Amino acid sequence: MKKTITLEVNGVPETADVEVGTTLLRFLRDGLDLTGAKEGCNEGECGSCMVLLDGRPVNSCLVLAVEADGRSVTTIEGLGKDDVLHPLQKAFLSHAAIQCGFCTPGMIVSAAALLREKPDPSEDDVRKALAGNLCRCTGYRQIVDAVHAAATEMRAAASVDDEAGSGRLAAPEEVTA
Amino acid sequence: MPTDLDYLAPTTVDEAIALKAMPGTAWLLGGTDLLPQMRAGRKAPERLVDLKRIPGLHEIRESADGGLSIGAAVPLADVETHPGVLDRFPLLAECAKTVGAWPLRQRATLAGNLCNASPAADTAVALLALDAEVKVASTAGRRSIPIREFFLGPGLAALSPGDLVTEIVLPAASAGFRGSYLRLSRRKGMDLATVGVLVGKSNGTLPARWRVALAAVAPTPLRLRAVEELLEAKGAAAAGEAAEAARVACRPITDLRGSAEYRREMVGVLVRRGVESLG
Repeated sequence: MKKTITLEVNGVPETADVEVGTTLLRFLRDGLDLTGAKEGCNEGECGSCMVLLDGRPVNSCLVLAVEADGRSVTTIEGLGKDDVLHPLQKAFLSHAAIQCGFCTPGMIVSAAALLREKPDPSEDDVRKALAGNLCRCTGYRQIVDAVHAAATEMRAAASVDDEAGSGRLAAPEEVTA
Repeated sequence: MPTDLDYLAPTTVDEAIALKAMPGTAWLLGGTDLLPQMRAGRKAPERLVDLKRIPGLHEIRESADGGLSIGAAVPLADVETHPGVLDRFPLLAECAKTVGAWPLRQRATLAGNLCNASPAADTAVALLALDAEVKVASTAGRRSIPIREFFLGPGLAALSPGDLVTEIVLPAASAGFRGSYLRLSRRKGMDLATVGVLVGKSNGTLPARWRVALAAVAPTPLRLRAVEELLEAKGAAAAGEAAEAARVACRPITDLRGSAEYRREMVGVLVRRGVESLG
């Protein structure tokens, strides 16, 4: 059975007819051609399909597209801007926190959610926030280091913003601007 | 997923209950268990009634008797960080934060964890220890089920098909218990408990009251009242005796996570550790 949904994806309003059984992940990939979120296990174990739903990190393979009606979704494609990488993306590159790259979008989305909540996370905070993201190539050392490096950069950018008189913490998307 | 699957998102409890009357209807909360079960063919509902659009089910609020009421649609991530939970019912936060992983807990709910009635449900041991009440609505009216009567067997809760769990109430009398949830699993995140042991002790009351509850070592989560009474009579000095009593009381099975023998021994070890840490 099809239902019409209206939602915001990476700041863009979208309206679509979707089958009830279609997951948010399949809708994003097949319907909107946003292929950053990956289908790994398809049962909420691996985290490669992570997106933000109303700002919260969720396994998009465990969310039906119809459940996202009226909601706001941010995918890996919405974290950076066209020519400017998000600080997490830059840090993952500079720390070689990738091998095959399949888990990377999910890792970065989870990490982005963590840094919104905790701009200065401990190692334990990072490891717990990424416990739902599996990397099967390598260990997690470079990934944890990359998250900390990005956190440092984002805090520095936020304090520069504050000194410039904006008087507020910059949202992660705005830090790169 | 079947192509004729229907989806409805009512905004009131009464509307939801009426919709459930049709056969083949399943409640949808976080979906973290239901959707994988449907994909695996273990459940095949014809329509889903999503409860997350009902505003009242999203609240954590003070209940009339001074306890805390947690709405069915509140995700576990909000339970484990709620100031009232952390301050007065920290054992529930301890258990909630061990479920799945952080993103999963943004969707998974306390009510869903209970209604699945898994013997390994981490939050169930806290709710058993804290004498929670499960509030249920159906076309027959509203009622309250004491948590000790809620779990009937693996995957089996004391609910009828038309029942909707609306909230879980932690009574004021259970506020202030401190302690720990000691949990063994094959990896620290995204794995069910092989053994879970909760040991709690009242704060400031004399004589101290104790709570002991176990996950994943019997057909249902277990509360061990006899072990609690032993500790209330003899104090933490009886840790060894309490451990032995718990070891004998559990009824574990062998599965891919561990053997029955291993689980039984670990119940003893973890109960002793939990009691000694509160001595």
